[in-house]
Amino acid sequence: MATVGKESPSVMSAAGAAVSDVLAHVGEMAEFAARTLAWVVRRRPTPGTFLPICIDIGLRSIPVVAITGLFIGMVLAVQSYGQFHQMGMATRLGAIINMSIVRELGPVLAATMLAGRVGSAMAAELGTMRISEQIDALDCLGVNSVHHLVVPRFLACVLVIPLLAIFANFMGVMGGALVSIEVYHIEGYHYWHNTQGFITLWDVIAGLIKPMFFGAAIALISCQRGFNSKPGAEGVGRAATESFVYSFIAILALDFFLALFLNNLYETIWGTPGPRLL
Amino acid sequence: MASNPEPPAPTASRPALIALENVGMGFNGQQVLNEINLGIQAGQTLAVIGESGCGKTVLLKLVIGLLRPTAGRVTFDGKLLVDLPEREQTRQRLRFGFLFQGAALFDSLTVFDNVAFGPRAQGRRPEAEVRETVRQRLQEVGLSLEVAAKKPAELSGGMKKRVGLARALALNPEVMLYDEPTTGLDPIVSDVINELILQTRLKHSVTSIVVTHDMKTALKVADRVVMVYPLARLRPGEKQILFDGTPQELRQCQEPRVRQFVEGEAQSRLQEMRT
Repeated sequence: MATVGKESPSVMSAAGAAVSDVLAHVGEMAEFAARTLAWVVRRRPTPGTFLPICIDIGLRSIPVVAITGLFIGMVLAVQSYGQFHQMGMATRLGAIINMSIVRELGPVLAATMLAGRVGSAMAAELGTMRISEQIDALDCLGVNSVHHLVVPRFLACVLVIPLLAIFANFMGVMGGALVSIEVYHIEGYHYWHNTQGFITLWDVIAGLIKPMFFGAAIALISCQRGFNSKPGAEGVGRAATESFVYSFIAILALDFFLALFLNNLYETIWGTPGPRLL
Repeated sequence: MASNPEPPAPTASRPALIALENVGMGFNGQQVLNEINLGIQAGQTLAVIGESGCGKTVLLKLVIGLLRPTAGRVTFDGKLLVDLPEREQTRQRLRFGFLFQGAALFDSLTVFDNVAFGPRAQGRRPEAEVRETVRQRLQEVGLSLEVAAKKPAELSGGMKKRVGLARALALNPEVMLYDEPTTGLDPIVSDVINELILQTRLKHSVTSIVVTHDMKTALKVADRVVMVYPLARLRPGEKQILFDGTPQELRQCQEPRVRQFVEGEAQSRLQEMRT
């Protein structure tokens, strides 16, 4: 009892400190997001700052997104074929693979890859600029650092990540078809024909809306961590790691809430739930 | 060559261009500055000396409004910089030039683009005029146009400082802030920077604050020296500004802690650090 009595206050205070820390982080993030969005509305970035970032995020991410998407599709085919074949529904494989990719796996995994490749790099770059006082130098030269550094990254992520998600979807669909048709010898006509009834325009639109939010979250989290980087190599390294971890959590949480929201929106507009597989 | 500039005319009746009133500053519960009162007259060159970690750089960032004090107020030309609307704050900040400790040059830009950054960002000047300004400023700090195409990573420490100075001067500031301008430089290059600080003052009639722990710089370039002492080492009731006077007065000051710093004598400090 005495031990419990001794430990309880420290456990409580540690929990309190942790909650307070989380709330402080959320508050800082909200304030940073508000400042960024205010600048997005007030003034567009110059092409000189915006286009190079679009190229860096977009073109240079194509190989990694292509490989990720291709393997997701192929793995889905390998994992699903056994069960579908046993039930005599192997020709329906295209429906489950393509629906899974377009609705969930394509956007989520593409965003996760980009949180690692782009988000961490942005946090490290801005963190280095913070500790070498380059961000302070911008403010001293009459240039708002949020407008100059964060807004172009934010807009590039919001605009380019959906395009990369579409590309990931395409590669995933191709990967699934490759394994299903070429390896498991499912008739191509049935494979594609059965897919048609399950992938609707709504799925494609939802697959575009979600990555925009994922892109916004990656940009805001990564830039905020970079802007608040602590000094030294350890500080910048931690900023890069935190940007990926927080972005990953944000992507999964956003995916859940967006799925709920978009399903409700679909029902509200068309009065029926979305298409079902079986 | 290395003479002190003329001391400014008596200024008792003039309000200070930069004023710190009861300023306190802390980070994560750790107090760095406490009840700092300091007025800097237009045209003055003030050297702020003190041990590493005593809050000299923080003081400089408070002056330009990069940091908001946790207590007291900092005014520039009668205005509270941190409370101004963003546009006006930017306008006022452009009256300052800041030479950062590590020069803070933008890695991704060439020397030319670094110096041109400020004038271009203001967006009102034709490119030909910007190019001429860059050429003049680089020439002033003794850099040729051949250097202009280089990236900061290709420059020595002294060259980076000179490019940083050229960049700060490109917007014709009224106030120059120097953060450890000679740290990490060899004695010759350090003296080149000292000469450039003097030259800048003469040529551009700027008010200057030089944060340094290099006594040679403080004694050579300043007409007033202030010594800030670390809060943790102050005796109860003492002010954090331990000395405020001319370089001549600093040379004659008999306060043991000031003498210890001026002469660079550790005395019992190592023993204190170990305990």
